[in-house]
Formats: sequence, C-alpha cells, structure tokens
Amino acid sequence: MLNEAWIEPGLNHYLMLSAIIFSLGLLGVLLRKNAIVMLMSIELMLNAVNLTFVAFSKYSGNINGQVMVFFVMTIAAAEAAVGLAIVASIFKRFKEVNIRFFEHLKG
Amino acid sequence: MDHQTLVAVLLLAPLVGFFINGFRYRKHNHLVAGAIATTMVFISFVCSILLFLNLTEMKEENRRIVVSFFEWLKVGNFKAEFSFVIDQISGIMILIITGIGSLIHLFSIEYMHHDKGVAKYFSYLNLFVFNMLLLVLGSNLLVMFAGWEGVGLCSYLLIGFWFSDESKAAAGMKAFITNRIGDAAFLIGMFILFLQFGTIDFANLNGLAPSTPTHDWLNPLTIACLLLFIGATGKSAQIPLYVWLPDAMAGPTPVSALIHAATMVTAGVYMIVRLNPIFMAAPNALLVVAIVGAATAVIAASIGIVQNDIKKVLAYSTVSQLGYMFLGVGVGAFGSALFHLMTHAFFKALMFLGSGSVIHAMHEEQDIQKMGGLKKYLPITHLTFAMGWLAILGFPGFSGFFSKDEILWMSYHSPMGHPALWVAGVLGAVMTAFYMTRLMALTFWGESRVPKNIHPHESPALMWIPLVVLAILSVIGGWIGIPHIISEILPGHPANIWEHWLNPMITKIPGLAAANPQEEWTLMGVSVTLVLLSSGIAFIFYGKASELPSKLSENFGGLYRLLVDKYRVDEFYEKALIRPFVWLSENLWLHVDVSFIDRCTHWCSNFVKGAGAMARTVQNGNLQQYAMYMALGLVVILSYILMR
Amino acid sequence: MLLSTIVFLPIVFGLILLAWPSERTLRPLALAFGLLEFILSLFLLHLYDPSTPKLQLVENYLWIERFGIRYFLGIDGISLWLVLLTNFLMPITILASWKAIEERVRGFHIALFVLQTAMLGTFLALDGVFFYLFWELSLVPMYFIIGIWGGTRRIYATVKFFIYTMFGSVLMLVALIYLMLVTQEVTGQMSSSILDFYKLDIPFIQGQFLSPQSLMFFAFALAFAIKVPVFPFHTWLPDAHVEAPTPGSVLLAGVMLKMGTYGFIRWAMPIFPEAAAHYAWVFLFIGAVGILYGAWVAMVQPDVKKLVAYSSVSHMGYIILGLFSMNEYGVTGALYQMLNHGISTGALFLLIGMVYERTHNRVIAKYGGLAGKMPMFALFFFIALISSIAVPLTNGFIGEFLILLGTFKAYKAVGAIVVLGVIFGAVYMLWMYKRIFFGKPGELVTHDKDHPLHDLNLREILVLVPLTVLIFWMGIFPGSFLRLSEASLKHFIANQGNYQLSVLEKESSYPMALKESNYGN
Repeated sequence: MLNEAWIEPGLNHYLMLSAIIFSLGLLGVLLRKNAIVMLMSIELMLNAVNLTFVAFSKYSGNINGQVMVFFVMTIAAAEAAVGLAIVASIFKRFKEVNIRFFEHLKG
Repeated sequence: MDHQTLVAVLLLAPLVGFFINGFRYRKHNHLVAGAIATTMVFISFVCSILLFLNLTEMKEENRRIVVSFFEWLKVGNFKAEFSFVIDQISGIMILIITGIGSLIHLFSIEYMHHDKGVAKYFSYLNLFVFNMLLLVLGSNLLVMFAGWEGVGLCSYLLIGFWFSDESKAAAGMKAFITNRIGDAAFLIGMFILFLQFGTIDFANLNGLAPSTPTHDWLNPLTIACLLLFIGATGKSAQIPLYVWLPDAMAGPTPVSALIHAATMVTAGVYMIVRLNPIFMAAPNALLVVAIVGAATAVIAASIGIVQNDIKKVLAYSTVSQLGYMFLGVGVGAFGSALFHLMTHAFFKALMFLGSGSVIHAMHEEQDIQKMGGLKKYLPITHLTFAMGWLAILGFPGFSGFFSKDEILWMSYHSPMGHPALWVAGVLGAVMTAFYMTRLMALTFWGESRVPKNIHPHESPALMWIPLVVLAILSVIGGWIGIPHIISEILPGHPANIWEHWLNPMITKIPGLAAANPQEEWTLMGVSVTLVLLSSGIAFIFYGKASELPSKLSENFGGLYRLLVDKYRVDEFYEKALIRPFVWLSENLWLHVDVSFIDRCTHWCSNFVKGAGAMARTVQNGNLQQYAMYMALGLVVILSYILMR
Repeated sequence: MLLSTIVFLPIVFGLILLAWPSERTLRPLALAFGLLEFILSLFLLHLYDPSTPKLQLVENYLWIERFGIRYFLGIDGISLWLVLLTNFLMPITILASWKAIEERVRGFHIALFVLQTAMLGTFLALDGVFFYLFWELSLVPMYFIIGIWGGTRRIYATVKFFIYTMFGSVLMLVALIYLMLVTQEVTGQMSSSILDFYKLDIPFIQGQFLSPQSLMFFAFALAFAIKVPVFPFHTWLPDAHVEAPTPGSVLLAGVMLKMGTYGFIRWAMPIFPEAAAHYAWVFLFIGAVGILYGAWVAMVQPDVKKLVAYSSVSHMGYIILGLFSMNEYGVTGALYQMLNHGISTGALFLLIGMVYERTHNRVIAKYGGLAGKMPMFALFFFIALISSIAVPLTNGFIGEFLILLGTFKAYKAVGAIVVLGVIFGAVYMLWMYKRIFFGKPGELVTHDKDHPLHDLNLREILVLVPLTVLIFWMGIFPGSFLRLSEASLKHFIANQGNYQLSVLEKESSYPMALKESNYGN
C-alpha cells in the first residue's frame, strides 16, 4: 500500500522543484529590498540551477553536469564573498542595507 | 607709329595718369595732379587725331582700323578678344571724349584747386576716360560691357566724391544700382545675341543681321534689342531708369559736364548706333526706343521748367536731349542721333562748365533764385553760356539747330516715324526753349538777387579758355551736317560732310521716300517759330521781376506741385520697389532663416536630445529594475524560441 | 612623390611646430612653412601637362587589400587650381593671424597645418575611403579653430557646424560602402577607387526616387550641399563665420566651401550621371533661390561679417547653378568662380578682420565715414568689393559671366531670373560700403581714443597686395588660368553620362626637359 503510494521521483519532478526554487529566488531578487536577502536569493537561484545539472547528469549518465556544479558552487561562494563584503562595507559606512539606497552610488 | 602703338597709347595714357595720381594722391597739389591728368588725356587726344587722320586717308570701302592685343576670354565657342576698332563711328567718339575730356580736365584744375582730394579726383577722372575709351573702342560686346560697367563705377566714385555728405554718397550708390539694373538686361541681351549668332563681335554681328526685319515681338532678336535698350535706358538715363541722373549732380560740376552730359550718358545711343543693322532687323524694338525717347524728352523737359538748382535744370535738360537722340535712333536716323550726340556734347559740356564757373563765382551757391544780373560780373561766362543757350534752343545757324532739326524731320518723314513723335519732339523743344531762357534770365539777366556777402567775380583764364573753345564748337559744330535744303540756298552748296562720312556704317531705312522740300521747310519753320515764341514768353516772365510766374503757379497749383516733385517718381520707386524688398528681406531673414530653418535644425537636435534623455531614465541605478529587464528579456527570448 | 609631399608636409610642419622650443619665432616659422608649401605647389604648374584630361602625377598603392582601399592621389585640371588656391591662401592666413590670434599661438598654427593637409587631401584623393578620411579630418581642426579662438557664441557655432556637416557626411559614408559592395558584385574584387566607381553602371529607374542611383546620388549630394552650403542647409554658415576668428573665416569661406562644390564635380555628378541629369532641376532651383535669398538676407544684416557670410551663400548658389547647367560655359565658370570666391571673399574677411582688430566691433551702424580715417583700407575694401560684385576686369566678372551664360543657354527662364542676383549683389555690397565708409563719422569712428583707427600697416598691406594682384590678373588674363583646366573640363562636358578618367602613363609624363624647352619659346 505504502509502496504503491510512493511514486518514484523522475526527472520531471526534479526539474519542477528546481524551477520553483529558481522562481522563488528570482522573486526574491526582484522584490525584496534587503541586499543581504537578495544575495541569499541569488544563492537560491544558483542552487536551483545546480539541482537541474545534477538531475540531468543522473538521468543522462553524463558526469559533466556534476563537474559543472562544482564550478557553480565555487563561483557562488566567490560571489557571496564579494557581495557580502560590499554590503558589509556599505552598511558600515551608511548603516543601511536597503537596495534602493544603493542607487545613490551611481553618481 | 603704327596703329597698334597709337591705340595702346590712346588707351593707356589716361590709365597711367590714374596710377600716377592715384599712388601719390597725398603728395600732389592741384597743379601737379591737374597737369599730369590733363597731359595724359591730351596725349590721348593727339593719338585720336592721328588715328582719325589715318582713317580719313583710307579708302571708304574698308575704312577701319582693327587692333587686337590679346585673347581675353575663350571658352568653347565663346571668344572675346581684347581688341579695338576705330571706324567712322568710334573715330568720332574718341575725338569727342578725349577732346572735350582734355578741356574739362583743364577746367578742373582751377575749379578743384581748393579741394584736398584733388589728386584723387584727377585720378578718377583719368580712369573714367580710360573706361570710356574702352567702351567706344571695344570691337565686341564684352569689351564694350567692360567699359560700360567701368564708366558706371567711375561715375559712382565721382558722384560720391565728397563722400562725407550722406546724400552725395547715396546719390552715387543710386546711380550705380540703377545702372546695374540696365546692365543685367544688357547681359541677357548679349547672351541672346551670342546664342543666336554665335559671336559677339560687332563686325560679325552686323554682318549676320538678317536683312528682312522681323515684326514678331517674341522673336529673339526683338527681345535682345529690347534688353539692350533697357541697358541703354540705365546708362543714358531714359524712362524708367532716368532717376539717377538728377541726383548725380551731387558730384563736382566738371564731372557732370564730362560724365553726365558729354560722354558716359551717351553710351546708350552709341551702343545702338554701333549695332544699327541688328536694331534695324527688329523694328518693333526701335518703335519702343522712339516712344521712350520722345516721352523722356517731353517729361524731363517739363520737370526742368520748375527747377531752381542750376545744375538740376541742366540735368533734366540732359535727360531730355538724350531722349531726342533715342527718338532719332528709334526712327532709324542713326546718323542724326550721333550728330546730335556730338553737338549736345559741345553745348551741354559748355553749359555745365559755365554753370561751374557761375557756382565758383557764387561760392558754391547753386540756387538760381539767388542769382540774377551776373552778366555784369561774369562777362565771358555769360557770353559763352549764351552761345550754348542758342545752340540748345536750336537757333538757326547754331549747332543744335542742325542736329535737332534733323531728328525732328526724320521723326516725321521716316517710315518708322509718326507725326505724333514729331509733335512730342516739338513740344519738348518748346519746353526746352522755355526753361533754358528762364535759366539764362534768372542767372545772368535782370536784377541782381545775389546775397550781400557774396561778391561774384569772373573765373581765371584756366577756366574760361575751355569755355571759349566749347562756345566756338557749339556755334560752328553743326556746320558739318548742313541739311540739303539749306545747303541748296547757301552760296557754294556746302556738302553734308557728316552724312557722307557715316554713310557706309548706317543701315538705310527701307522705303524712305525722297524729301519734299516744301514739307521740310514748313516743319522747320513751325518748330523754329514755336521755339522762339516760347523763349520770348520765358523772357517776359523772367527777364524782369514779374508777377506772372507766381500767379501761374498758383492757378495751376496741382500741376505745379507735381512738376516740382518731379512726378513723384522717386517716391513711387521707394514705395513700390525698395521698401517691399527691404521688408521681404527682413522677413526672409527673421522668419525663414531664424524662425524656420534654424528652428527645424534645433528641433532635430532637441529630438535627439530628448530621445537620449528618455533612454537615460532606463539606467537609473535601481538594481532590481535592471534585474527585472533581464528577466523580462529572458522571458521574451525564451518565448520566442519556444513559440517558433 | 610630389603630391604626397604636398599633402603631408603640412602635418610635418605641425609636428615641428609642436616641438619648436621658442615661442617668439613661432609665427615667422609658420609663415616660412606656409610659403615653402606654396612654392612647392607651384612646381605643379610646371609638371602639369594641360593637353590631356588624364590624371597626372598619380600615386596609387594598395592600402587595405581586403577592401580594395587604395592610397591614391592624383591631379587633373579641376583639382589643380583648388590645390593652388589652398596653398596660396595659407601663408596669407598665417600672416593675417599675426595680431588676431594672441593666445595658444602654437596650437592655432598646428590646427591650421592639419587643416591644410585635410583640405589638400580632399582635393587630391582619388579613393573613396581615402577621400572620406580627409573630408572628415578637415572638420576637426576647424572645430577647434572656431571653438577655441572664436567669439562669444563660439561653442554653439562650432557644434552646429560640426554636426551639420557630420550629418551629411555620414550619409555619404553609407553610399560609399554601398558603392564598394557593388564593385565587389560586379568585378569580384572590392574596390573604392574612383576609377572603378566611374565604371559602375548603377541601376537608375526614370522617375523613381527609390532607385539605387538616385538614393546614392542624394546621399552624396546632401553631404556636399551642406558643405557648400546651398539653401536651405546654409544656416550653419553665418553662425560659423561670425564666431570664427579671421583666419578661420578666410579658410572656411575660401577653401572649405569649395570642398562641397568640388565634391559635386568630382564625385556626385560623374558617378551618378543619370541621377545628376534627372535631378538637375532640384539643384538649379535651390541654386537660384540661394542666389536671390542670400542676397536679400545679406542686405538687412546688421553685422558686417554676417553680411559677407550670406553673400557667400549667394555666390555659392552661382557655382551650383553653373555646375548643373552642365555645359562648358557653366562648368568653366563654376570652377573659375570657386577660385574667385576664395580670393574675393577671403579678402573681404581679412579686411573685416583688420578693422575688427582695431575696434572689436562689427556692427555696421556704428561705423560711417571710415574712408576719411582709413583711405588705404577703404581702397582695398573697394577692390575686394568690386571683385565680389563682378565688375568687369576683375576676376568675379569672368566667373559670373560664364555661369550666367551657361545657365541662360541651358535654361532661359532660370538665367533670366538669376541675373537679378547681379543687381542685388550690388545693392547689399554698396549699401554696406556706404554705411561703413561714407557719410558722417559714426560713433566708433569719432570716438577712437581707446581704439586708434590708424590706416593699414605694412604687414596688412602685404597680406592684401597678392589678393589684389590676383583679382585683376584673373580678371584680365583668365586664359592663363583656364588654359590649364580646359582639357579636363572639356572632357567632363563631352562625356556626361559616361565619364571615365585614366591615368597618364609615366613614360609620357617624364620627358619634361623637352616640354619645358617648348614653354621657353
């Protein structure tokens, strides 16, 4: 009974999940005003992509996708480091993390 | 000397004088400058005589001296040489120009001696003589046009000689611009002739002129002749372009004598005589010439009646006499017109110089109301002036009589003439007699009205010698063209030298009947009687202080004012031409250039600027908006790929 | 090598000036350079063979192989006189700027020399891209000359000038690229040589504006028309002239405007013959309108420099008219008028500059009676003026006469209308002359304590004498000038519709010794 109710998750499920996570991340980037939250949302989008890579890799038997994920993770780490550093230094200077405030930096 | 050298000296001597006086105009006083200038013109005069004598020695069939110096302009078929021709017509013209020119130069030495710019004056005068010689000697239309514009330029410079006077400078400008209107028409006329005949050389043109006249108004030949005539109305002060000549009296008086009486203003007549075979082929154009000439003769004379400025009277008289010449030309009497040109040059130069002598004596006073009784103080001037007066009257025996009578007779007798033209001519002669007698009476005779502070005195010899020479010429100048009917009753039957001399150059009038002596005697008698009558009336009016003139002017107030205002032609031109053009120009500038074209370009640039400003708002620094654009772009691209 | 030397020597001069240590000797040095260049270009007169319309002294090297762009210089009877005009005016301009330019002297002279190279290159380049480079290069130094040494509204004027001309030339670039593509299509090898352009047969459909030839023609023509400038693209000119310093005005009016008319006769008309013939009426119309319009608007200008600028519009209208009358009289007259205008208008701008240096004012109404104070100046002004209003025996008459004759021969009505320009030309010039030189002394002339109105000095006379001599020389002996252009112009007229040029082979151009001995006789 239990076994029958359990549906073996297929590729589509993974992709669907990844799409949902990506959309959440996108909405977060577009709608939230807090720079740190936006950075987190970007992280979310990147991980959604990672999930897709892994899923495709698993189902197509091609290991290249999983290799790519490592690259993405490295870049995500670098991006988070730089982004957070900028946000932190701006916060230190202006006591502000609202992204609308950052407009003033355009000169 | 061969012909080439003679012509070169003839032309270049005045030019050399121009350069010498022009470059050293600060250094030369009136004697040095005058001596140089007069000598140079006199050298030209000697050359003219030599050339003329050469001409008389030639056989009649090929009586012409052609001298070519270099090729001036050659493009395609258009060829104009810098070449000069001396024949029966231009031979006489150069004698008039340099002969009268030398006398006037001589006169100017004393007349201008007080003027600071005397050397400049003489250099201009020399330049004028050079250009005038260019005009009459040129063997093609282009060289003639060079002289034609050149004399206009010198006239501009000399009219505005005392340039610090605004009105005198304006008179010079008016003269040049009015002439330019004629010149523009002249140019087009030249183009038509060139395109029609493929040449602008006088000899070739006259040779190619069709022997059967065209009566079509729109024939190129008729149009060309009419346009050339418009050119002539500018230079020779005919209706409608005569308005500059009275104003031109702003120049020094000898200038008026040389340029605005004896030489330059006759250029139009000369041009038509020069091209007489062409004009004869377009009788319609000649009809216009005759009508305009007759009308000018009458209208200008009528204005002359009421003028009080001695020079203005003479100016209108010049316009009127030029009208006679055109009347003569218009009825095909080219020889008579040229004859009148010569006699007029004598007596009008004489009278202008005489008026210069008067003005000199009166300390620059030109109003004849303030003169009178000058006979006493200026005996020589008075005597010589009287000779001129009798000549212009057409008193039998004096030069003007022969030439004017020729023209009047031909305007009646020629198949191209008309009795109405004769009537107009006689009317003009009657008025001429009236105003000239008035001028004589008010200036020289009667009671003296000279202001107390002026003490008139006879002019020095340098001034009266030219007067005497010209007076003699005014008396005897006409005897070389005695009409047949008179020569028949004279002892020895003197031949009409003039007619004989010009004969080969003048196209015969087709269908000219033999003269009826009785008719000719009658007409001559009528015109002479009327002229004498009219001068008698004028003498009664003005010889003694009389109430009659003022009464008349009161009774005919409207007409009198119209005449004094010179028919308000200047005002009409001002209102009808000058103001509209200035108005148009200002509006074109302010409304087309500044308001329209510039505004369009500004609009274009503002459009670009605006578009840029609009595009700039996209880049506002809002990170989330950028991300939105990216996302939207992604959606668009994806949907394009998916929908394809 | 002579042509390359002539074209690029000024740039070298500019570089030398850049490095020249002494500020004081800068002007004499520049003047010497200018004279040197002029003398060098006089050799052209000797080397040029007037008997043939072929291109001479040609230097033709492949420059960018892939696009067939060539380093191609050559001279014929049309460009010869324009090159000489440019080099003749340059030393005069340098001498005239002696007092007019007081700051950044070095930069000014460098700009002048760069401009000279650009102008010479425009007249001599026979490759489309090469030509375009010089065409655009000429904008840069002029931009700086007006923008740095100009009057109060110089920035507006210089930007207007730059953008106006740039706008036209960009369209020309498009057409140029199209032409290059067509050469590739036809011959298989891309080329931008003008000789290959002449050979092209670009499709032309009668009465259809959108046919390639018409479009290309108008793209070229617009660029040139703006440069000339013809009505209604002329409004940059008065602004540029008024704001430009005297030397800038002289070169702008004297040479740069001729780049436009030269462009018509060298590029637009022969490459697109059918379109040029078919749309000639457009240019006749705007030429005729320009003549009268320029004259009328000039009449009411309060600023004397603006008056002369508008008179340029009028005069350039004559040149356009002459070119598009397409007969030998009109085209010869147009070429002659290009030189005349350079000399007479150049002289007028120089003269205005001289009086401006004294009074720093150009308003006509404030002058009056100047002839009494400065007679020599009045004389030279009068000579330039009679040349400008085309009095016979001056150069202006020959040009205007031929143009009017050509126009009248081709189109009677147009000729009859534009002859009115002769009248209005006299009106605005003489009226201006009367107001400045005659009459009662105006306020600037009576109160000249702070700006002494001394008459011309030796340097200024030296500037004006060569121009005056040329005015009369060109008016009395036009043959000595037209003789050298006759073959080229004849060829141009005779081969309308299929204009070709070829290069004079070196063999025939070398036995110079023989030819020179012939000249001696």
